[in-house]
Amino acid sequence: MLTREELAEMDVELAHYEQKRGGCIEALKVLQRRRGWISDQSLAELADFLEMSVDDLDSVATFYNLIFRKPVGRHVILVCDSVSCWATGCEQILDYLAETLGITLGQTTADRRFTLLPNACLGACDHAPALMIDADLHGDLRRQKIDEILARYE
Amino acid sequence: MERPLTENIRPGQFPPGIVDYERAGGYRALRKVLADADPGGLIKTVTDSHLRGRGGAGFPTGRKWSFVPRGEQAVHPVYLIINADEMEPGTFKDRLLLEGNPHQLIEGIIIAGYAIEADTAFIFLRREYTLAEHRCARAIAEACERGYLGRDILGSGFSLDVYLHSSAGRYICGEETALLNALEGRRAIPRAKPPFPPVTGLWGKPTIVNNVETICNVPQIAEHGADRFRALSNSVDGGTKLYGVSGRVKKPGLWELPMGASIREILEEHAGGMKDGWALRAIMPGGASTEFLPADRLDVKMDFDSVEAAGSRLGTGTMIVLDDRTCPVGMILNLMRFFARESCGWCTPCREGLPWLVRTLEAIENGEGQAADMEILHRHTGLLGPGHTFCALAPGAVEPLQSGLALFEEDFLRHIRQKSCPWK
Amino acid sequence: MVTIHIDGLPYEVEEGQNLLQACLSRGLNLPYFCWHPALGSVGACRQCAVKRFKSEKDERGEIIMACMTPAEAGVRISIDDPEVAAFRKSVIEWLMLNHPHDCPVCDEGGECHLQDMTVMTGHAYRENRFKKRTYPNQYLGAFLNHEMNRCIQCYRCVRYYHDYAGAGDLNVFASRDHVYFGRGRAGRLESGFSGNLVEICPTGVFTDKTLGRHYTRKWDLQTAPSVCVHCALGCNTIPGSRYGELRRVRNRYNHEVNGYFLCDRGRYGYEFVNCDRRIRAPLVRTSRGVEQVLVSTEDALKSAAAMLSERRKVIGIGSPRASLESNFALLRLVGPKNFHAGISDKELEVLNLIRDVLCLGAARTPTLSETAEAGAVFVLGEDVSNSAPLLALNLRQLPRRKAEIAMAKVKIPPWNDAPIQRIAEFEKGSLYIASPCATGLDEVASKSFHGDISELARLGFAVASVLDPANAPGVEGLTEKEKIRAGEIASALGGAARPLIVSGAGCASLALIEAAANICTALGKIGGQPQIFFALPEANSLGLALLGAAGGLETACSALRSGRADTVVVIENDLFRRCAEEKAIALFDSAKYLVAIDHLINPTTSKADLVLPAAAFAEASGTLVNNEGRAQRFYRVLVPEFEVKESWRWIRDIMRFLGRSEAEKWHRLDDLSVAMAALNPLFAGLVSVAPDADFRLAGGKIPRQAPRYSGRTAMRAHIDVFEQPPPDDPDTPLTFSMEGDPRQPPPSLIPRYWAPGWNSVQALNKFQQEIGGPLRGKDPGVRLIEPIPQARTEYFRDVPASAPKAEGEMSLIPLHHIFGSEELSALSPGVAELCPQPYVALNPEDASFLGLFEGALAKVGVEGLTCCLSVRIVPSLPRAVAGLPVGLRGAPVFELPASGTVVREATDE
Ligand SMILES: Cc1cc2nc3c(=O)[nH]c(=O)nc-3n(C[C@H](O)[C@H](O)[C@H](O)COP(=O)(O)O)c2cc1C
Ligand code: SF4
Ligand code: FES
Repeated sequence: MLTREELAEMDVELAHYEQKRGGCIEALKVLQRRRGWISDQSLAELADFLEMSVDDLDSVATFYNLIFRKPVGRHVILVCDSVSCWATGCEQILDYLAETLGITLGQTTADRRFTLLPNACLGACDHAPALMIDADLHGDLRRQKIDEILARYE
Repeated sequence: MERPLTENIRPGQFPPGIVDYERAGGYRALRKVLADADPGGLIKTVTDSHLRGRGGAGFPTGRKWSFVPRGEQAVHPVYLIINADEMEPGTFKDRLLLEGNPHQLIEGIIIAGYAIEADTAFIFLRREYTLAEHRCARAIAEACERGYLGRDILGSGFSLDVYLHSSAGRYICGEETALLNALEGRRAIPRAKPPFPPVTGLWGKPTIVNNVETICNVPQIAEHGADRFRALSNSVDGGTKLYGVSGRVKKPGLWELPMGASIREILEEHAGGMKDGWALRAIMPGGASTEFLPADRLDVKMDFDSVEAAGSRLGTGTMIVLDDRTCPVGMILNLMRFFARESCGWCTPCREGLPWLVRTLEAIENGEGQAADMEILHRHTGLLGPGHTFCALAPGAVEPLQSGLALFEEDFLRHIRQKSCPWK
Repeated sequence: MVTIHIDGLPYEVEEGQNLLQACLSRGLNLPYFCWHPALGSVGACRQCAVKRFKSEKDERGEIIMACMTPAEAGVRISIDDPEVAAFRKSVIEWLMLNHPHDCPVCDEGGECHLQDMTVMTGHAYRENRFKKRTYPNQYLGAFLNHEMNRCIQCYRCVRYYHDYAGAGDLNVFASRDHVYFGRGRAGRLESGFSGNLVEICPTGVFTDKTLGRHYTRKWDLQTAPSVCVHCALGCNTIPGSRYGELRRVRNRYNHEVNGYFLCDRGRYGYEFVNCDRRIRAPLVRTSRGVEQVLVSTEDALKSAAAMLSERRKVIGIGSPRASLESNFALLRLVGPKNFHAGISDKELEVLNLIRDVLCLGAARTPTLSETAEAGAVFVLGEDVSNSAPLLALNLRQLPRRKAEIAMAKVKIPPWNDAPIQRIAEFEKGSLYIASPCATGLDEVASKSFHGDISELARLGFAVASVLDPANAPGVEGLTEKEKIRAGEIASALGGAARPLIVSGAGCASLALIEAAANICTALGKIGGQPQIFFALPEANSLGLALLGAAGGLETACSALRSGRADTVVVIENDLFRRCAEEKAIALFDSAKYLVAIDHLINPTTSKADLVLPAAAFAEASGTLVNNEGRAQRFYRVLVPEFEVKESWRWIRDIMRFLGRSEAEKWHRLDDLSVAMAALNPLFAGLVSVAPDADFRLAGGKIPRQAPRYSGRTAMRAHIDVFEQPPPDDPDTPLTFSMEGDPRQPPPSLIPRYWAPGWNSVQALNKFQQEIGGPLRGKDPGVRLIEPIPQARTEYFRDVPASAPKAEGEMSLIPLHHIFGSEELSALSPGVAELCPQPYVALNPEDASFLGLFEGALAKVGVEGLTCCLSVRIVPSLPRAVAGLPVGLRGAPVFELPASGTVVREATDE
């Protein structure tokens, strides 16, 4: 069941769209913000609310890489792997993260602390290599800096 | 040197709030426009200013606006959409404008909205720009509070609502018609044209899509006129431009310069030249979907026509530098991986062709390349060209490949001959 | 028409049509995937690329997608240009990168559009040396197989299933080269039109599961033109057989009837022909109470002659599911006064009224395809999603028509699918529905309203009276709300071009039909061009009504009981499905002899003293009259090995045995058409329904077998390795052989779609005048009824009263099911899986008042007949109305509508 808070938050977003379904991406985001990811159950509840078929909604949800249809950790690390970051060494950064966290791209640590995902250019090329954790951007990465950064996320 | 776009931006600091923005002359242009009450005249001014779209394609902005049906034929609501999806690798210019001076964008939106008689505006912002999201949301709230947005703006009778839509990822959302589908809560598949968005866009209604930087230029044009804007430039295109450099240069960054500054000026004066120990091999002048220009083309002027004449595109004006210690095959592979991953999956050449290129490049880079692979790479640069695919993603994707094959042919062949990457 | 230039030659094409359609219409070969004439263009696959030149002097040209470009005067394009030909070849190469190349084990092989296009573009050698992507497949129910690895991402399946058929349980997921087409989770496809995916999918992702169970390649199927026997719409089909078994049914295009699609009842109902309840030889019972025994044909005819001798007073009971010829033969055997329709008197009355309305016509009845073009539609009392599925599929397109009109204003042609679909998705059609409870079409209707049958009829009468207040009878005692509703519907119909009223026999209500007719009369009076369309229950319901019967089953019963008759001949009809069991038993018990001619063992044949094995539709040729009054010929596709033949042949043989000279002239099917035409002017058109049996194409018959038909000597090797002459087929210009002229036969004789280079169903393009338009020649069938315009100007005046119900009394109404209500299809295993269990439907408030809930047992009583049924809660059902499904196996037959009682079944707790 969608909670009252979820519904209230969605109603604000949905009001801007000519059709209820227009707000489905916003609604997915609201739900993801509160629940971490979009489970089949969440999807079905939301489809019902939006008067869409479950598969219609899933067709949209699975298109977008930042809608998570699988469980993720408490913090999601998005590592930029596009050209400027690549040219300045994002592969080493990725290797280091994999080594430190013991996971590879697409995986979540056993303690559910981090999920590691590749991401398209973060628009921080002047500070390449860069990554994002949750809503925070971190640029000019070096190994030691990564340790410091990770420590900030429990 | 004048920096009308960025003069009020202090990187690393809070952006001007509405009071500071007004104090610096903000919203004056809006008041003037509302007082003139001449949307048609405003479109003409923008046309005369030679403002060309800063989203990559360089379409003349005033002309685009003029396609919205007016008068008898008018259909409402009319939508204005700000394309703030900035995801082109190597591009980071809109971030500065969004984070650094959101009121400038909002004033531009209201003025542009007035010109095209819009009823609603959306800022389509990429999800990862969380700081920008926060700052824009706040600026919108402030502008509403002051009566710059909402019903009957400053008593002019003109009304406009602005909403911020933060996206859920995918580069293709930046393509303007895919963006419309994303905003309608659909899969972001580009739309066939015709119908063109100015006539049949969001929810089937007239819609103008403009880049952030394009719209940020609007207040100054409205305030000071077309001549002044053209005078800012060193070329036929009007205004200043945000130029950026990333890669192994001493000072990667962004600078507002007269349109038509030379590559040399940008690279050597502003970015400080290559880092010590690294030499320049080539640049991509305007983001990941522009052709490489070799290191000897530093005198090319960075305006739409000059870069095109030199065999590339101005694109977003943010250049990526290829140095001598980076494998060009690896770099092109990285680009191709990006485009293959971001293909929407609608049309065959892009959905299937790009992954094939990726696998072929991977093989070459990993020392498993074959002589025939070169043929496949060459063939695809033509096959994925404009008109062959449904939208401009794939044609953009093969631009660096095509130029790369010409410029770095020997590097490709070396990979194949020696069955390994010479840079590894 | 405009002139365009293709590879230097001028062609006349329809202006504004897309160039792909134009090229195909002119007979040129241009490959394509994502485009489909019924779905329009989206430009996704990039296969239809051509080169366009600005002028004669332009030598470079530019590559464009033909499907996305309108044909305009002076356009110059090239298909053969080497650059664009190379591009098209590359498109196949890309599509093949991940395709498994599993043609040898693929059910689509041999009729695969992807195979055809691959050959057409010339892609032959593979340069890709990398691994292929693979997908998991899904279970999709009894009708379809899913093999996603063969997918070429043309998006047609979603565009058909989701956009066109309006179902929500299939879609496209993910993006880039990971796109997946299927359901969110494995499971049965919910749409009643899922089978069309088999023909929509250009490769082997969606294939026919029933065919797969006894698989045969297309070229090894013996095929012939046929007509669906599972409802009255008369969709054209192509059944295919091998080794004396029916193996599948495919769509046969008829522009005026079903177009490109079939419903699943029609596509998958065929397996009853193979079922083990078939009667293969004559059976005789020497006296009541003893077992039936097998006899030879000779003995069977002798017995028949004895049972039907001069001394006997014989009546006949015909059937709405038997051909016109068989019913006619029976009518001649027993005489018109003794010929009874095999349905209740009440149903016959309804059917006759419909026939009269159609013949004397307040309005013309449109063809099925014309229903999609109506300006406004009012569905009165009929659940067409279940009783006339393809009509429902057409009416579903009404929102789209609206969107097309809106987009035409900004110069977007109707084939430009995406922008139109985006609007259509949120549109409602100019569609108004008044039905007893919610129907599948309600979601696309502007307004829908549910009520008891008399209320619906009153609404209909009221609409007529709003339209023509001076002359149409008024309705007393309407509430304000009802008046507004009637006004709204009247103004929608009155303001529309070609408004359409849809009703039918589903509720077995005379008042509904009269109300529908009145609306048409009123519309006609105010200068409109109304159309009327009736859904009828069975494949030849209207044919039976046109033939004219002395009465229904009650009439037959009283004839027997009163001694006016003592012997009954029943053809292709199980009377136990038509009336209450006691009635049927009483009918048979009062007859001295019962002769039954049918193809399946059923309670009626079990009661018979003589049973003669009739040919099922696939083994017979004959004529059916659909609900539009269109007589259509169906042809045998297989020759049964046993003593099975058309009912009319059995009757003819009996008549000859009895020395009836009339039957001496009945040598072949055509002779019956001639006889019918001579006796009844309504049947004058019958002789031109299809070319007669003497028709020859270049001196030869039309082969039912493809030129590649394999194993024709081997398949009889256990008998004889020498080639046998093909079985005799005197009734038709078709032959059970592969010998024959390869040219296209006239439309009503097309046994399969094939053209050089086109092995898939898309070969149909080569048979149409314009792609998506009529077949070359003329679409099959002859309309027997063309009413004299405005012949009926009289209104029906019996407006039903709004009947208050007595305490505890319920209105019991019939409910129809696409799967289950029709007798024959329900015998196919796949369809049987989908038939509901018998139930009684109740409004939730009534249910709770009665202490009932979903699944509880209720006792239903009508006129002394009671039975126990499980309760199904249907919120849209009005109060004091209970719904009973029609025709389900295992449920008693109530004659509905009726008033009755529903109470809680006492259970010992
Ligand atoms: C694949 C693709 C991605 C694009 N991404 C962006 C983008 O992120 N931001 C943007 O402003 N324009 C982007 N564009 C260009 C837009 O389609 C459109 O031309 C632009 O927003 C128009 O604005 P302008 O006229 O102000 O330049 C993209 C185009 C393509 C083909
Ligand atoms: S080129 Fe085709 S598949 Fe690629 S993004 Fe554009 S429409 Fe989608
Ligand atoms: S048929 Fe034209 S692009 Fe698919």
